[in-house]
Amino acid sequence: MTALASILHVVLAITLSPLLLGVINRTKAKFAGRTGQPLLQAYYDLGKLLQKGAVYSSTATWVFRAGPVVGLAATLIALAFLPLSGAPGLGAFPGDLILLVYALGLLRFMTVLAALDTGSAFEGMGASREVQFSMLAEPVLLLSLAALAICTGKAGLSDIFASLPTLDSLQWVPTALLASVALFVVLLSENARIPVDDPNTHLELTMIHEVMVLDHGGVDFGLIQYGAALKLWIFSALFVGAAMPWRIGQPVMDLLVGVGGVFLSAVFVGVVESVMARLRLIRVPQMLASAAVLALIAVIWAVR
Amino acid sequence: MMLWSVVLIPAIAGIAAMLPPMRAVRRSLLVATAVAHCGLVGWVCFATPVVSRDSWFAIDAPARIILAITSVLFLAAALYCVGYLRREEGRTTCDAEEGFLFHNEPEGIFVGCLLLFLASMSFVCICQHFGLLWVAVEATTLASAPLISFHRHHRSLEATWKYLLICSVGIAMALLGIFFLASAGRGHAPGLTLSGLVSSAAAMDPVWLKAAFILLLVGYGTKMGLAPMHTWLPDAHSEAPSVVSALLSGALLNCAFLGLLRGHTVLAAAGLGSFSGELLVLLGVFSMVLAAVFMIRQTDYKRMLAYSSIEHMGILAVGAGLGGVAATGAMLHAMNHSAVKGMLFLAAGNLLAVYRSKNTCDVQGVLEKLPVTGCLWFAGFLAITGSPPFGLFVSELTILKGALDGSHWVVAALYLAALGTAFVAMARIFLPMAYRLPDGSPHDGASSPGAREPVWSVLPPLALALAALVLGVYVPAPLWDAMRQAASALGVL
Amino acid sequence: MEVVSDILVVLLLLSNLYLLAASRITACIQTVALQAVVLGVIALTSAAGGLTLVVVSVTLATMAVKGLVLPWLLRRAIRGADVAREVEPFVGFTTSVLVGAGLLVISVVVAEPLCSSAPADVSAMMIPTSLFTILTGLFIVVTRRKALNQALGYLVLENGVYVFGSSLAIEEPFLVELGILLDVFVAVFVMGIIIFQINREFDHIDTDKLSVLKD
Repeated sequence: MTALASILHVVLAITLSPLLLGVINRTKAKFAGRTGQPLLQAYYDLGKLLQKGAVYSSTATWVFRAGPVVGLAATLIALAFLPLSGAPGLGAFPGDLILLVYALGLLRFMTVLAALDTGSAFEGMGASREVQFSMLAEPVLLLSLAALAICTGKAGLSDIFASLPTLDSLQWVPTALLASVALFVVLLSENARIPVDDPNTHLELTMIHEVMVLDHGGVDFGLIQYGAALKLWIFSALFVGAAMPWRIGQPVMDLLVGVGGVFLSAVFVGVVESVMARLRLIRVPQMLASAAVLALIAVIWAVR
Repeated sequence: MMLWSVVLIPAIAGIAAMLPPMRAVRRSLLVATAVAHCGLVGWVCFATPVVSRDSWFAIDAPARIILAITSVLFLAAALYCVGYLRREEGRTTCDAEEGFLFHNEPEGIFVGCLLLFLASMSFVCICQHFGLLWVAVEATTLASAPLISFHRHHRSLEATWKYLLICSVGIAMALLGIFFLASAGRGHAPGLTLSGLVSSAAAMDPVWLKAAFILLLVGYGTKMGLAPMHTWLPDAHSEAPSVVSALLSGALLNCAFLGLLRGHTVLAAAGLGSFSGELLVLLGVFSMVLAAVFMIRQTDYKRMLAYSSIEHMGILAVGAGLGGVAATGAMLHAMNHSAVKGMLFLAAGNLLAVYRSKNTCDVQGVLEKLPVTGCLWFAGFLAITGSPPFGLFVSELTILKGALDGSHWVVAALYLAALGTAFVAMARIFLPMAYRLPDGSPHDGASSPGAREPVWSVLPPLALALAALVLGVYVPAPLWDAMRQAASALGVL
Repeated sequence: MEVVSDILVVLLLLSNLYLLAASRITACIQTVALQAVVLGVIALTSAAGGLTLVVVSVTLATMAVKGLVLPWLLRRAIRGADVAREVEPFVGFTTSVLVGAGLLVISVVVAEPLCSSAPADVSAMMIPTSLFTILTGLFIVVTRRKALNQALGYLVLENGVYVFGSSLAIEEPFLVELGILLDVFVAVFVMGIIIFQINREFDHIDTDKLSVLKD
């Protein structure tokens, strides 16, 4: 039953993740009083991109072509270890949280390399910003997961989220609370959402993620967009694991609740994007540093 | 009731002095309260009631001495203050140094705070409960802060802000220390009274006690002006009106010292006297050396006096820390220092009034121009550096004897070195001020001899100087006994 | 009970971090007021001798003074002064937050030996958090330029000491509690007056420009 749930989770993640973007956009549209894009807009975009051919600059090397492919592969690897409420990761093993974090690191590394490979100053700037912020966001991710790991005494990501609600004393509540806040900040930062980066402002000097993938086109760009959607799913699932550690007891039902949670967090992201303005670039490290401190407090709490 | 009147009379008088219709009687109220306080303190000190074990308010031997010092010094300051206020009567004054105009604080607030300051200092002396002691010490800060900014201009505001913030933060550390003390005494001592803690100190956890003493040392040490927490002191002393400087230096610092002694007493009772004593000696010696170094190139004579106060607080800490005969010496030293420093600050006030400058280069030929103040200034120099006919010589020698008896050679050497440095540094400043004539310009208006010296402004410092002289020549046996009792009450004899 | 205590402690922690990160003075004042409410609740929940009338009244008075009167007073002191923002403290806001994390670690380490003697039913993080609050207050006093922020830092420091007292369930007599409260009140009152005067005299309250007096 749990194995079935795991397989189902991967299938759902692969098929439903572009829908998350639709949900976020719809939420923002509701706040702004607009009708907004269709919910399935991301699927239409992907279909359109996959039908196009790619144009490659004559100065770009194989690194530029490999970037999107390796990036998507890394994201899929990360997905294979991702638990979501009742469903453990497909290939779960003790210590897989490190693998997950580094698979995501590989994705970023390839994207950055591909961006640098174009030789464009504009993309180089985006790459440098991406690296700067992820340098701050990655420790937060690791620290929050570490806090949960210490709290439960388990080393595997699936075990951690499975045993979190079974703990006897309520000692874990503050830890999970602080860790989930920190994870949410990482979610916003890693997925280029509003307080950090605005996905809608193409070609503005303030962007980070979009500016890196400016030279990709056609299938490559489609892969990148799809990878981004999957990445959003992964971070939402981690956030849901820490913030909604309730179980019904039946794995498939739990999974469905978890998927509901993922979409709920997408709505939440939409709300945050609607009520906040993008931070000045100089303030972003401050937000990430605050998140790091929250994660650190979670660790301290867990240690005690 | 007797005890309470020591606090209540100045407090009520202080509040009364702030009332608007009191203009005419305000100054006489100040003097009358000071005289009454002095009388009461004399009565309290000679007819000591028996200290019951858990009473919150009582007066013991060390407090008796500090209270007496405070009261006498306040009387002198109050008398001086009458003349001072008369001089400052105009509401708009020209700044002595930079020549801009400023307003003074309303006189009612000044006099009122002065009296409240006296009340809070008396309160410090009669508190036997650590929590209340803290409240009282903090109250002295708050009552004296408006006194420092009497002249409302930018320098005095700066000094006030530093004083208020540094002392408040420091004192908060002392409150933490008191909580530590309470935690150490939980289950052993019924409350935070001195006698209760002393009687049950032996059973307390030494780690908590040590931590508590360190925090108390930081807190009350800040207030007392021990280096490296002394930074507020030179600013506040140089910018406050001279009469306030005299009180801060001669009375307030002693009160903080009393707070520190209370902590030391508890530690000594717990058998940790050597720990707290060593810390006191360490900070004391450091203060002395640092103050002596800073005095060397000082050009502002009030700042120089302030650094001298830091140095003498260092001497007090060394004496109390060494214990034994040195502790007796420290008590005597507190008395001598208060008299001499009070006298010097009052004399400095006279100089400032006539020369309108705090820079030593501008003040020359004092002996010629202001004979009485000049004599006082010169005598003060001899007294404050511990030259023989004055009391400080006796007390400094007693503390040195304590150091040598306990064979603390390094302490003794540093002590002498700091005193020597201070002597040379102060001589460089004092002697030219007293002797050197202005570079012969007969038409210079400032050098015309015979500036008036009102009796209000010379009599109080003169009396204090006489007291210091008498203490140097002859310490009455009862007084000596009181000192010894105070030292033995520390529990480190 | 422990969960309530835990949540209060988390609130206290977060308020400290916010104070380290926030740049608007009004936001800082509000946070300090909120902190006063939190610590009042902490004192009520951890009162050793039960909720006697004396304890409740003193705690409520503390909350009222620190949470209402003093913030109002400080806001009054800056009325007319253009001090909505702290421009560039001596240590930047990001660095402040990171230093805050370091301070927290230090307080946890330091508090380790003290925790054994704390009463059982308060959160294990109470003593470290109170020490952290004290250190935060000190840090704010040292690194902020505006006189008002420094006064706030003093208040935070005082709050920390207060929480420390209640986390160790030290029962001060009524008179002493009242005296301490009165002192804190008067201290901030006098600070407010001085800030007002500094503001009038200098047209700003940047304490780093108060640097005439030095050796």
